[in-house]
Amino acid sequence: MSISANDIAYIANLARLQLSEAEKEEAAASFANILALIDQMQSADTSDLEPLSHAIESSQPLREDIVTEKNQREDLQKNAPKCEKGLYLVPKVIE
Amino acid sequence: MFKLGIADISRSLAAGEFSSEEITTAYLARIKEKDKELNSYITLCEEQALAQAKAADTNRANGDAHLLTGVPIAHKDIFCTAGIKTSCGSRMLDNFIAPYNATVVENFNQAGVITLGKTNMDEFAMGSSNETSYYGPVHNPWNKELVPGGSSGGSAAAVAAHLCPAATATDTGGSIRQPAAFCGLTGLKPTYGRASRWGMIAFASSLDQAGTLTRSAEDAALMLNVMAGHDPKDSTSIDIATEDYTANLNKPLQGLKIGIPVQHFAEGLDAEVEQNIRNALSEFEKLGATLKEISLPNSHQSVSAYYVIAPAEASANLSRYDGVRYGYRCEDPKDLEDLYKRTRSEGFGTEVKRRIMVGTYALSAGYYDAYYLKAQKIRRLIKNDFDNAFAEVDVIMGPTSPHTAFKIGSQTNDPVTMYLEDIYTIAVNLAGLPGISVPAGLVNNLPVGLQIIGNSFSESHLLNIAHQFQQATDWHTQTPEI
Repeated sequence: MSISANDIAYIANLARLQLSEAEKEEAAASFANILALIDQMQSADTSDLEPLSHAIESSQPLREDIVTEKNQREDLQKNAPKCEKGLYLVPKVIE
Repeated sequence: MFKLGIADISRSLAAGEFSSEEITTAYLARIKEKDKELNSYITLCEEQALAQAKAADTNRANGDAHLLTGVPIAHKDIFCTAGIKTSCGSRMLDNFIAPYNATVVENFNQAGVITLGKTNMDEFAMGSSNETSYYGPVHNPWNKELVPGGSSGGSAAAVAAHLCPAATATDTGGSIRQPAAFCGLTGLKPTYGRASRWGMIAFASSLDQAGTLTRSAEDAALMLNVMAGHDPKDSTSIDIATEDYTANLNKPLQGLKIGIPVQHFAEGLDAEVEQNIRNALSEFEKLGATLKEISLPNSHQSVSAYYVIAPAEASANLSRYDGVRYGYRCEDPKDLEDLYKRTRSEGFGTEVKRRIMVGTYALSAGYYDAYYLKAQKIRRLIKNDFDNAFAEVDVIMGPTSPHTAFKIGSQTNDPVTMYLEDIYTIAVNLAGLPGISVPAGLVNNLPVGLQIIGNSFSESHLLNIAHQFQQATDWHTQTPEI
């Protein structure tokens, strides 16, 4: 299965990536090879099989809804690229 | 001193032959001298390591010591370390200093183990050659023109070059076992969920597993004793009691039934690698094991299914890198969309972007059933293959990799060529099984790895088998000249 330049642009946008023209060309070429690899799956008969999402099939454990973490707001915000008065700064969203 | 494994170092520390401060100082000096040629470390933790070593010596003098107290190791730079940069091999996290330790790191700290530094790796563990790291490729100590394997290439090169006696690593599709094979080491990937993933930066959450790169099975057992265990902070860590993984090391192998999958000895396997593996299998026969040819009929589908599942999970996991809370952020974003797109495009390398794209595509509207659901059904087929095999045999053996280490830059033109590097290892991750690669020969003075695959939670047995092989052979003691 081949993939068009439009498909690449559509996927890049979904993934919030901005690709240069050269990167788009490279992506289209490598996608063709990767899709050829993964399309080999279609030859397997899986009609009676349940999908296996996880090697260890068990339900998620539940716990009491209590606070277990201490407040690390200041420590965590030390890693923020832009922070002011305890708030994360982003470009203006609402005019 | 640099030839000692962690079991030996532990004994020497207990006997007072040298102190933790002495061996830590010696390793730090050696890394500074030798690592320029190898690039196996991203961050050296000199100050912290020396402080840890002094504390370890004090505790040992006071009789308050774990078996590994004072032993220096390195951590793959995918494990968060409080106050020390954790980059995951990416520009995206080049400035990231975690406020907490990964559970695996915390377990080692609690045992008094010293962190020498953080090792190089493929960016976000996506690669089989350590060439996708933002910090540059790692060179194989056996031949510096060759790759060390990946994604745990820094950990493997560091242990092989005696720049640390052991290291932590992670394995999503072969990232511990293949570098172990390429660098002549023992590489253990435990059962999925055996060690906590908390604080281990996520690539593909249903496949990622922490493990070890060491110079012997005995050392791997000692490391696993510290790492393994249930962690309430990781809901996928398994609440099954751990054991003393050294307890069974010396059991004889009489009566062991070894399955030899025909698919792992088919076209594409280098003839000399095959000969070394066959010789190793004969060695097991001498130790009392019997060989039985088996079939894993769907194993050829494992790489295809993996390159849907792993990128799909990665595309979701890596959506967190948005330039807002931590990590890289682009300059002067004009709006929120621009912030996200330029941050991610500038912060991620080519292979990471490629996998995010593949995963996004596989999960996008209209393709979910054809790709993601189909891949999960194939995953079931692969698991069924292993279940059927383990009804007949105790363990499965074959080559870890179809060939020995390859040249840096030789397999980067087509990503699929690189993906096929993990052809014998990927199915193990899809089924969540434990696997270990042990040195089993040399071809043109390059190491060959034997992969041993066990049923879930059979780590103790795998380590026993590997240890017995290492008692009968000396491949694991061969080292490159550095």
